[in-house]
Amino acid sequence: MALKQTPSQTVGPFFAYGLTPEQYGYDLTSVADGMVRDDSTAGTHIRIEGRVLDGQGEVVSDAMIEIWQADAQGRYAHPDDPRGSNADFTGLGRQGTGTDPQSRFRFDTVKPGSAAEGSAPHISLIVFARGLPSHAYTRIYFADEAAANATDPVLSQVPAERRETLIASRTDESGVPTYCFDIHLQGNSETVFFDV
Amino acid sequence: MTSTPFRPRDWSSHPSFVDPRADGYRSSALRGPTKPLVPIRQSISELTGPVYGHDSVGELDGDLTRNGRRNGEPLGERIVVTGRVLDENGRPQPNTLIEVWQANAAGRYIHKVDQHDAPIDPNFFGGGRCVTDGEGRYRFHSIKPGAYPWGNHPNAWRPNHIHFSLFGPAFATRLVTQMYFPGDPLLALDPIFSGIPEAARERLVADFSIDVTEQDFALGYVFDIVLRGRDTTPMED
Repeated sequence: MALKQTPSQTVGPFFAYGLTPEQYGYDLTSVADGMVRDDSTAGTHIRIEGRVLDGQGEVVSDAMIEIWQADAQGRYAHPDDPRGSNADFTGLGRQGTGTDPQSRFRFDTVKPGSAAEGSAPHISLIVFARGLPSHAYTRIYFADEAAANATDPVLSQVPAERRETLIASRTDESGVPTYCFDIHLQGNSETVFFDV
Repeated sequence: MTSTPFRPRDWSSHPSFVDPRADGYRSSALRGPTKPLVPIRQSISELTGPVYGHDSVGELDGDLTRNGRRNGEPLGERIVVTGRVLDENGRPQPNTLIEVWQANAAGRYIHKVDQHDAPIDPNFFGGGRCVTDGEGRYRFHSIKPGAYPWGNHPNAWRPNHIHFSLFGPAFATRLVTQMYFPGDPLLALDPIFSGIPEAARERLVADFSIDVTEQDFALGYVFDIVLRGRDTTPMED
């Protein structure tokens, strides 16, 4: 190992025009946003919604969330995925929490398939925020995948009493399956973050 | 799936989630996770990531002296920033998307929530992006950002800096950081910069280079970035 890692620094409060410009109304194209699929993307169309909460339970309105996921067949749009990627679905989403009146992030996507033998469907997620000097990794699992969740190799490494923090609850009120995933940065119900 | 895992995040290089110092980075107190991170074995979910190439950026995306012009040139000292993106093993990282954003020469962000009363420059946007070439090299032009006050403590000023966001080859190599300028007296007073373990801080300070400097046009700075590298030690299983 010849070189040392470049240190992380907070994304700060002013990332929006650089990283999520279209969402916030700035004149620059976004490389990714909350619309991860399009109308023709194969698979079950779903919505992911959530908030980021600080140690006092206050919503964080200047966080940025990124998600990375497989397509409905569990394939990643990446050359290292030996199953061949789905060129129509990149699987990257990015949303700031500063444009929704309730400071929610929202992703319209497809439900991912299982990406590997024994692995429950999940979405990888990174939290960035002012006040977060290094980014934090977590995963979204799905409440309606109880059987797969029970044998997932990553979930099984999480202490049983904390697993619920990784499981998005489902409502169908909006007509599309909607999974709620609140992220607690601190506190009794602190979300499990991973040393990836 | 045969892709080799990445070395862990080196916590002797990165700032901790909650700044432990009484006079540190205050807003980390309620936002940084406090429970131990749960280690996981990297799977295909972490070993893959979004793929970019030169068609991912527009013609003016890498020139912040031009991409915000309305009726003239932006004010301030023109700079060119270049460097290589490498991994810990010294391997160049090609086709890596780099997104940058920064304040203008007066220390004002175009962001709507920036309340600092320094002037907006109508000809400067402050955001852009570029992609590394086959040797991991990137390059963009900009205006040297000004320092600006913030509310962390009385008379707190952020040093001149440019925000960088990189993906690298996988979701595991994601990095968001800030590049600083050499000789800035505010560095020693900045709790965000000094929240980095001391031995690692200088890695975020660019080098001035007369060789990179473009005659009659822009001062040159070199800033190399090192992302996590793949673990080259043989695995027992």
